[in-house]
Amino acid sequence: MTEFFFNLVWLLPFLPLASFALIVLWTNRNRLLSTWIAWIGIGLAWILGWIILYLTFQDIHGLVPPAGGARIIAYAIPTGSNELVLGFQVDTLTSVMLLMVPFVCLMIFIYSKGYMNYGTENVDSRYSRFFAYISLFACGMLGLVVADNFVSLLIFWEIMGLCSYLLIGFWFDKSYPDPKRITPKEAGLKAFLTTRIGDVIMLAGLLLLYSQTGTLTFQEVFSEEALQHLATTYAFGNVPWATIIALLIFGGAVGKSAQFPLHVWLPDAMEGPTPVSALIHAATMVSAGVYLVARSFPLFLAGGSGAMSVVAIIGAFTALFASTIAIAQNDIKRVLAYSTISQLGYMIAALGIGAYAAAVFHLIMHAFFKALLFMGSGSVIHGVEHGHHHAHHGAHGHEEEEFDANDMMNMGGLLKRMPRTGWTFIIGALALTGIFPFAGFWSKDEILGEAWYEFIEGSGAGVAPTLDLVVFVLLVTAAVLTAFYTGRQVFLTFFGEPRTEAAEHAPESTGSMTWPLIILAFFAAFLGLSGTPWANQFFFMLGEEAEFLDFHLHHAEFNLPVALFSLAVAGGGWLVAWLIYGRKPLTEAVDPLEKPLGPVYTLLKNKYYFDELYQAVIINPTIAFASWCARFDRVVIDAIVNAVGAVGRWLASWLRRAIDTPIVDGAVNGVGWVTNWCGEFMRATQTGNVQNYLLVAAVTVLLLLALFLIRA
Amino acid sequence: MDYLLTVITFLPLAAVLLILFIPREEERTIKNMAIGLSFIPLVLATVLWFSFDKGMDGFQFEFIAEWIPAINVNYHVGADGLSVPLIFLTALLTTLSMIYSSFTIKNRVKEFFLLFFLLQMGMFGVFISLDLVLFYVFWEIGLVPMYLLIGIWGQAKDRPQYSAIKFFLYTLAGSVFMLLAILALYFTHGTFDIVELAQVESIFNGVSWMAILAFWAFFIAFAIKVPLFPFHTWLPDAHTAAPTAGSVILAGVLLKLGGFGMMRIALPVFPEQFAYYCWDVPVIPILALFSIIYGALVCMAQWDLKRLIAYSSVSHMGYFMLGIAAAAAAYGRSGLEEAAAMASNGAAMQMFNHGIITGGLFFLVGVIYERAHSRDLALKDADGQPLRDEDNKVIPAFGGLGKMTPYYYGIFLVTAFASLGLPGLAGFWAEFFVFRGAFEIMPWFAAIGILGIVVTAAYILWKIVQYVFLGDFSMDRWNQVTHGATLSDMVSFEKVTMWPLVGLMILFGVFPTPLVDFFNSFAQALFGG
Repeated sequence: MTEFFFNLVWLLPFLPLASFALIVLWTNRNRLLSTWIAWIGIGLAWILGWIILYLTFQDIHGLVPPAGGARIIAYAIPTGSNELVLGFQVDTLTSVMLLMVPFVCLMIFIYSKGYMNYGTENVDSRYSRFFAYISLFACGMLGLVVADNFVSLLIFWEIMGLCSYLLIGFWFDKSYPDPKRITPKEAGLKAFLTTRIGDVIMLAGLLLLYSQTGTLTFQEVFSEEALQHLATTYAFGNVPWATIIALLIFGGAVGKSAQFPLHVWLPDAMEGPTPVSALIHAATMVSAGVYLVARSFPLFLAGGSGAMSVVAIIGAFTALFASTIAIAQNDIKRVLAYSTISQLGYMIAALGIGAYAAAVFHLIMHAFFKALLFMGSGSVIHGVEHGHHHAHHGAHGHEEEEFDANDMMNMGGLLKRMPRTGWTFIIGALALTGIFPFAGFWSKDEILGEAWYEFIEGSGAGVAPTLDLVVFVLLVTAAVLTAFYTGRQVFLTFFGEPRTEAAEHAPESTGSMTWPLIILAFFAAFLGLSGTPWANQFFFMLGEEAEFLDFHLHHAEFNLPVALFSLAVAGGGWLVAWLIYGRKPLTEAVDPLEKPLGPVYTLLKNKYYFDELYQAVIINPTIAFASWCARFDRVVIDAIVNAVGAVGRWLASWLRRAIDTPIVDGAVNGVGWVTNWCGEFMRATQTGNVQNYLLVAAVTVLLLLALFLIRA
Repeated sequence: MDYLLTVITFLPLAAVLLILFIPREEERTIKNMAIGLSFIPLVLATVLWFSFDKGMDGFQFEFIAEWIPAINVNYHVGADGLSVPLIFLTALLTTLSMIYSSFTIKNRVKEFFLLFFLLQMGMFGVFISLDLVLFYVFWEIGLVPMYLLIGIWGQAKDRPQYSAIKFFLYTLAGSVFMLLAILALYFTHGTFDIVELAQVESIFNGVSWMAILAFWAFFIAFAIKVPLFPFHTWLPDAHTAAPTAGSVILAGVLLKLGGFGMMRIALPVFPEQFAYYCWDVPVIPILALFSIIYGALVCMAQWDLKRLIAYSSVSHMGYFMLGIAAAAAAYGRSGLEEAAAMASNGAAMQMFNHGIITGGLFFLVGVIYERAHSRDLALKDADGQPLRDEDNKVIPAFGGLGKMTPYYYGIFLVTAFASLGLPGLAGFWAEFFVFRGAFEIMPWFAAIGILGIVVTAAYILWKIVQYVFLGDFSMDRWNQVTHGATLSDMVSFEKVTMWPLVGLMILFGVFPTPLVDFFNSFAQALFGG
């Protein structure tokens, strides 16, 4: 039974891929059919995924051989006398990911039908294509978690990158009156290129890994001999290959999970349709980076404190850095985007300090509540847009000024207008900020507890205890800010009085949008109970993985003071948010923090000017250099070629003028001229007069006769 | 089966003779006949593909006959894992080009198809030759029809005569040196046979200056054709001027003649010299890196779509060159056989994949050119500089075609992503194996070269996809650019041309084994490993 289902694991990516192919090739014109094909594809994948999860969970010690997971080989590519073997596998990490991925995908697929306005006159003109793209995306994400080697992983990873590009730029014909505002097409390009930088760094890491170990299959790379080899052979000085390779692979995670300094693409990715933000830029693709580090965890351990420290610092710094930006954003989706960056930083930091299971636990929890929050925000935007249309319907003289339905300053009081969206959003917000007993509380507490534990015990996976403390402090500070900006968002959006007509007339969204919210809210509220410190199923499952991969996964004891502290910290954030935004709701669109914070607020609002910095330091110089190269090609290299040609022509014409015409041709002409002259000369004798000829003959005879007589 | 290669090669010549008998007014007949006849080599090439035994060492379908016994010149042909896919590629692209051209070529139809078959024969001939004289003859045969294709059917505004003569003379200049080297080889070793020469222990009996000169003579002849920086400037001109089908064949096959020469002659006959200039004095990898990165940067600054894709060929063939350089640099260094084989596999795959991908891209440029009669990416001012709007953004000439021509957009996207090496499409595997080999053999060069992948993504997505397909479509601007041409999505013949190429991009992207099997059998014979 187990084996039967495990052998079907390749179907997980294949099912949505089939949906993609069917929609693109045949059902593009039929919206309803396309919707159902996408739903069925992902629905079947969900069922299969949860069956596999259940079977893994049931039979965790007796996983079919080889131990640690089931593996199916798809095919091999010859490489000299060896082969590069590609296939699929199921192990506990895969199974844990299968808890989240297909289910969240399914929810978002269902939600999309309403969001893309199916059945109304506003239905998107590329409606079917949207479902095709998200199906292809689901193929990428499911493939990623069932890949058994780094190459397949990279392929699925890039399929997601492609879909991200296509979906961010889904409304590629949109433009804004404000030329500074990034358009969807530019946002898509920015996302693809920024992540591509990370991907190339990661590719370099994978190729070095392949060179060093001769394989890219997880089971072989993470075998004891291979890791031993990587940790004890040195790239240069006393830096082992394992460290170099781990850090290069981490580059891919930095790009995909939008960690500092490659974080700039994710907020702009919000230009895509909201289901895309929920699916790709919150729940699944961005967490692929975290998954990558988790998947390669033994390699990072082999990389030692050098690799782990970088991971921990980047993660913790990003967690704090992004949350500071979030407090000064007014776009409801961009706040969530920065929140996502921050939460991904949490996971990365957790991995860096060795809290492997806690990181994966937080990844899963985060996917549920962040997808919920994004879809909630999409529902809000949808409502406000409809409210805007409603309010201005019939109002003569269309106002030209642009209305931004994403701006929280245009909202307020929506809880009354949109109760389902509002309450589910609040549950998501509580989960995000780590309020007991919602999902985020358990997972965030687990991370903080581990950091504290590592600091106190000083054991753990190779990061210096002082660094553990730094991580702890950064993450706690980020937790305060998270609670603050989330509270701000909730109060600005749902409480107080509507600040615009649009918010006043916003209707609740349709069932296909709100039901997924309700279901996800249920999970956001209660799924955390699967990971309580007393019965943490994630440790239970991932511990097996760890044992197999031969690293020890310790589990910090439940630490009541830390838990209470983190709760207090989150509560504090909410309290401050309430004091500023909740107690006395805003009536006009000015943030009360703007004045007191002054230049700091401007700095935060402008995201520390990273976009401008990159534009000035990287993009503009590259373009200028490219133009220079093109000119160099024209005025130097091609000019040399043309010059060679010109020299040839000049030489030819010189030869003609100096040699050929005067000498060679002159000689020929000279011969002719001499002949001609001779002819002219001789012509004089040819008079045609018989007497002349006779005279010449007579004279000649006489002369000859005379000569003869003298000689004789 | 001994005659299979000969039949494939000379069938186009038979086609030329047949078409000669059709009156030039019968254009429809000529076109149908040409397409029909071009399917025969394609079918035979497919037969060759499937009947080739990849597990066997050495050449197959080998055939040898005396040609000029006095100087030991033989008609010696054969196929190995390197040439079979390239023969298939040639046959496929020729058929597709003929289908495409039968709808787009309006003047001198008879001559066009005659020359195209002649060109095909030259290309097949190079791939099957195992004798240097034979190789040289076919090498030169290919030049003439291409010269005429560019010169006669080129677009008047792109200086076709200049481009054609530049192409012709540049290549010819290179091959003159090659001819001298061929003669030098003959006078030293008494044979023109490539297989025999590759087995010679010490080439030129250890006279190193001779060997070095001869190596560079071959190398430069091939490098011009590849083309390797700094010998590349004929390519953008030739591509821009050539008719669509000419560009397809030029990028798809003619450039591969240079690459094929590197792998068939330069590397096996001069391994030591090749290795020396790739490792001890690494001129060749440095030129390869220049091709990759400089070529990609120059692409970023182009405003003519066809010229841009021409430069992308320079960049993409740079990956090929890096792979060959890595494989060569592994010579004589133990333990690197596997890496060398992978680098060589990657390089060979890059040739094949570049053929289908860039060939496809040129067809796709043809699609828009046939409609708009313009290939400009941006509106231009009087000096030919791109126009900017009040926000200092360049105004695209097309823009928004993604909305108007979704089918074209879809096909173009697949091809463009294949070209930028997206994993899951054909271009990826070539780059993957090139860099896999290079990272083990010459890691620093590989580390620099891999940056080219980012620039490639930038120019393809920014310059091509964004300027042509994204943004809002404006009918006014379209009318201004095209002088009121009608805009339609791809029509059947264009779709038929692209389907096989897109199919192969996806097939070999997902499942590259059948292709790699061929190249790997070649690499194993050459590198052991």
